[in-house]
Amino acid sequence: MAERYAPAIAAPTFDPIGKSAKHDSAKLHVSGEAVYVDDVPMPKGGLETYCLLSPKAHAKIVSIDLSDVLNSPGVHAAICRKDIPGRNDVGPIFPHEPILANGVVEYIGQPIVAIAAGNVKLARAAAKKAKIVYADLPAILTIDEAMAQKAYVAPPYKMERGDVAAALAKAPHRLKGEFANGAQDHFYLEGHIALAHPLEDGQMRVLSSSQHPSEVQKMVAGCLNLSANQVTVEMRRMGGGFGGKETQPAIFACIASLLARRTGHAVKYRVDRDDDFMISGKRHDFRVRYEVGFDDDGNLLALDIEYAARAGHVADLSTSIVDRALFHTTNTYFIPAVRATGYPCKTHTQSNTAFRGFGGPQGILAAEHIIDRVARHRGLDPLAVRQRNFYGPAPRAQTHFGQTVEDFVADKIVADLAKDVDYDKRRREIDAFNAANPILKKGMALCAIQFGISFTAIQFNQAGALVHVYNDGSISLNHGGTEMGQGLHIKIAQIVAHEFGVALERVRITATDTGKVPNTSATAASAGSDLNGQAAKRAAAEIKQRLAQFVAGLHGVSEADVTFANGMVHAAGKSMKFEEAVWRAYNARVSLSATGFYATPKIHWDRAKAWGRPFFYFAYGAAYCEATIDTLTGEYKIDRAEILHDTGRSLNPAVDLGQVEGGFIQGMGWVTSEEIWFDKVGRLRTHAPSTYKIPIARDMPAQFRARLWAPAENVEETVHKSKAVGEPPLTLAAAPFLALQDACAAAVPGRYPLLVAPATPERVLSAIDAAKAGA
Amino acid sequence: MTDPIRFLLGRKPVEVSGVAPTTTVLEWLRGDGGRCGTKEGCAEGDCGACTVVLVERGADGALQSRSVNSCIQFLPTLDGKQLLTVEDLKAADGALHPVQAAMVETHGAQCGFCTPGFVMTLYHLHRTYTGKLPPSRETLDRALGGNLCRCTGYRPILEAGAKMFDTPASPDPRDANVANLLAAFKHDHGFVYEAGGRKFFAPSNLAELALVLAANPEARLLSGGTDLGLEVTKAQRDFPVLVSLNEIAELKRIARTATHLELGAGLTWTQAMAPLVTTFPALDELLARFAGPPVRNAGTIGGNIANASPIGDSPPMFLALDAELELFGTKGARILKLADFFLDYRKTALTPGEIVAGVRVPLPRAETKLAAYKVSKRFDDDISAVCGVFALDLDGDVVKAARLAYGGMAAIPKRAAKAEAALIGKKWTLDAANAAGAAIAQDFAPLSDMRASAEYRAKVAANLIARFWHETAGTAATRVVRYG
Repeated sequence: MAERYAPAIAAPTFDPIGKSAKHDSAKLHVSGEAVYVDDVPMPKGGLETYCLLSPKAHAKIVSIDLSDVLNSPGVHAAICRKDIPGRNDVGPIFPHEPILANGVVEYIGQPIVAIAAGNVKLARAAAKKAKIVYADLPAILTIDEAMAQKAYVAPPYKMERGDVAAALAKAPHRLKGEFANGAQDHFYLEGHIALAHPLEDGQMRVLSSSQHPSEVQKMVAGCLNLSANQVTVEMRRMGGGFGGKETQPAIFACIASLLARRTGHAVKYRVDRDDDFMISGKRHDFRVRYEVGFDDDGNLLALDIEYAARAGHVADLSTSIVDRALFHTTNTYFIPAVRATGYPCKTHTQSNTAFRGFGGPQGILAAEHIIDRVARHRGLDPLAVRQRNFYGPAPRAQTHFGQTVEDFVADKIVADLAKDVDYDKRRREIDAFNAANPILKKGMALCAIQFGISFTAIQFNQAGALVHVYNDGSISLNHGGTEMGQGLHIKIAQIVAHEFGVALERVRITATDTGKVPNTSATAASAGSDLNGQAAKRAAAEIKQRLAQFVAGLHGVSEADVTFANGMVHAAGKSMKFEEAVWRAYNARVSLSATGFYATPKIHWDRAKAWGRPFFYFAYGAAYCEATIDTLTGEYKIDRAEILHDTGRSLNPAVDLGQVEGGFIQGMGWVTSEEIWFDKVGRLRTHAPSTYKIPIARDMPAQFRARLWAPAENVEETVHKSKAVGEPPLTLAAAPFLALQDACAAAVPGRYPLLVAPATPERVLSAIDAAKAGA
Repeated sequence: MTDPIRFLLGRKPVEVSGVAPTTTVLEWLRGDGGRCGTKEGCAEGDCGACTVVLVERGADGALQSRSVNSCIQFLPTLDGKQLLTVEDLKAADGALHPVQAAMVETHGAQCGFCTPGFVMTLYHLHRTYTGKLPPSRETLDRALGGNLCRCTGYRPILEAGAKMFDTPASPDPRDANVANLLAAFKHDHGFVYEAGGRKFFAPSNLAELALVLAANPEARLLSGGTDLGLEVTKAQRDFPVLVSLNEIAELKRIARTATHLELGAGLTWTQAMAPLVTTFPALDELLARFAGPPVRNAGTIGGNIANASPIGDSPPMFLALDAELELFGTKGARILKLADFFLDYRKTALTPGEIVAGVRVPLPRAETKLAAYKVSKRFDDDISAVCGVFALDLDGDVVKAARLAYGGMAAIPKRAAKAEAALIGKKWTLDAANAAGAAIAQDFAPLSDMRASAEYRAKVAANLIARFWHETAGTAATRVVRYG
């Protein structure tokens, strides 16, 4: 066989680490050529799905009669829980989380019957013909009701350091309070979808819009009573995930697979926007109660805080999410005595789930609310109070869960940002504006965030990758992470190209596939590039080492004398093209494929003792915001946002900046216009963009500038000294929220208008009016 | 007998028959049309992922383009038009269109799912924008007011919207023949389409319409279809007969008499905006916040009035302007005060076979103060919690006449009679405004729902009168957002 090299690359990108390479699919995105699950041509005879959803928040299912459904035109199958050959369970941590209602319905929107028909319209028409008899049961619809009844999906959990009661008793000042933050729908533009192909010998291949193909594989195998090696799950790209596709896709993939098994046809289950909202979980809303002790200068001495989260009808990831709220309950601050208790409340509503930040934003927002209130109570500037409470050298370095903060830079970032925005001058200008304006009031806030990086379930901190070098010199890259728009694939391609010293364009990224890399973790916890990047780097390094050994042998030099750069392999003063080295190595029978594996070092966590080092490191950032409110209507505008964010030594500054900006605006939506609203019977009434309002172009502050904090380099040995970036910037949402709080305070001088999230215009107005009324 | 649906898919003529008349353009594109670039994000015209561009011949024969939500447009409404989707933008040699290149350059796509919609919205802007370069933030915010992105936070998309003009729009040579091809689609009769026992009529004039309505008294009317489309996508309604008013030239009239501005009911909101804002500059913000551009490019004045939603934004506006309606029906034409049109929740004074044909708006008088307010959770592309449009006729500083019209406060769009009465004959002062505000409690008993509580609605409805006073008196700034 003669050599045949991969085509030359017109404008090669060499040495890509730290370069702002375009998203690998950018040109496909803008031309409509990027293929999502729903764009994959339906196999011949393919069927579509509609599910009958519970109209009751809590009821026993007395009987189900599907005879008219089955006789409806175009229907191939209609199934309920008794038709599931394996486990009717998609619980990721705890069991008993049904795919199809298991004798009782526990929220309005819970799938009961799944129907496959020639098309979704036929399936939907058929669903109306099901005869289901319910017997109503009492429903728990709010956090308050669940707390009153001690109804939890898992036991309450506590983190504690120091003698909180004593410290509170000794504190010169104490404040008690209640705070709340709202739920948030992910509103990924692509809703949930799965396409299941039944294969020979009972096997199943599933295309699933999922951040966690391995879990989908496990759940599909479970419901079909198959082993994992009989199920393959593939994911090329999602139209957004944000945590909403971590555990939630399983139910859709299982239903498609069950119907595919039942009918022998390929089956697609794509929900429309309303059903996506009605079926799937959201960010947990929290009720927070606290007592904080502090001194005259606002130094925090003790915090006793209780987080009650709406978990929904089943546990899902709620325990881990509440844990993360507890981890972040002090944010960037050292508090000597802390007791933080979390309650994952059982409610008869959607099962709330992972959402970018995973409880962290809720903890950080509460922390920032409390310190803001402490500062106002003492008549001090909130920024000064923040700065004097920051973590510092021992004895101020230990968190309330035992981890020593070794990489603290929030103080430096805040100092830089406060100087950039001329904080004190803006304070004076805004005060002057407020003095001159009776109707409009302005507010400002500058705060920092500290976000722990690692899955706190230690076992998930592992990753695998598979790299092939073909004998034409082209490289195929596969790893366990999934692409949901965050630019993970391009970052990992940059790492691999760098390792081989070849052009970035030589590396082809392939769909995430459980048949290629097994036992993967969810692409979550911001850890996608940290974990998979290291795994891919190791796979590439192994092949490179074999190539080096081979080339060294050719020239009679040592392996260490072989270098790879700019598409060339150099040794002993001689050079050859990478593809030539590959071709020659192939002919010399050198293996050109390798797997790589990575497990995060240093971390350990004893959940029973609530003590350890759950995080490999922390990511930091700070934001400064200004807002204007209208005291007649509560309408407001976030006028300005300035962000400095620490991404370590960025692998791809443009991609990281995109995460910072996008995460911040998403967080701003969470604390402002995005309101999840249930009616009195527990029916979600904000289930589409007509009623659920995420930020739109105009909402981006007129002055909006995000920058990566320049001196950054991760002190830990992360891949190329980078830091995770997916979730931390979302938590900067505390800044716009507190700018609104500051503006509310300006409207009612001398009083404290309590603002809770989301700060809709209605909440802004009622905070002001309540404070005016002296409430 | 049925006509095929004939349109240009990109530059290629296609004829479609045999698909249900309520098949959406998006459904067809992604199915039989074989084009999956256009995405479904919500199927209700609120996210913009499905945005496409329609090109048609105007009255003067010149080509006009507009962006619309393909998810709620029915396929037969394409008849005679050119449909451009994201697949049509690359040049023949495969080069990206300047809009696409700018989006790549600025990292304007992350997950990419909303991107085809943004690209088509920007393409439409690139093709039609004639203002100052680079376009202002306000221009771009308005243009992008119907597209949602969940990943980027918009900064790079806004940047792409400016950068794309580095390469000015130039006619695509492949479009040279479009006008001729579209001319060839012209019917010598009203368009009639039938499939599976379901009929779709698109008469081309009022005389034809009268005949169609007489023969099909059960017909459901379609005028723009931005609300009707949802009855199909959200409620799976079946319409045996649909009659489109979209192609009736008489309904697209804009006239200014000595006393009135006359607007045909078939004008889209985009078409109606210029004459309305020119005549009443105070309406600019409300009209800019009326849905998003793709909805305004399809939805019509008549549709917004006749569907009688209690939360539509145009009824309060026209009530405050003291407008009257021109009604046309199988039994002839008549004029009706808009105030007499809304009878009860979603009930109007229209008789069977009658349509809203136009709106007659009295021209402004020098002594009239006018303001239009919309309060919602989000400024752009949201539905009003409260919409208040106020007109005061002042004699010196004494209120001669007051029209305070509200949406979102009752089962129908309604004027606040008690609040108005509280003002008439009084001096226009903050105290008078507050007294009128206090009377709101007797005028309305609003609902609590996901948009706002009853208490908030009542409070804001009252406070808006105070805002109106501050603005007319010039005593204080009152708006947190300025629509420039």
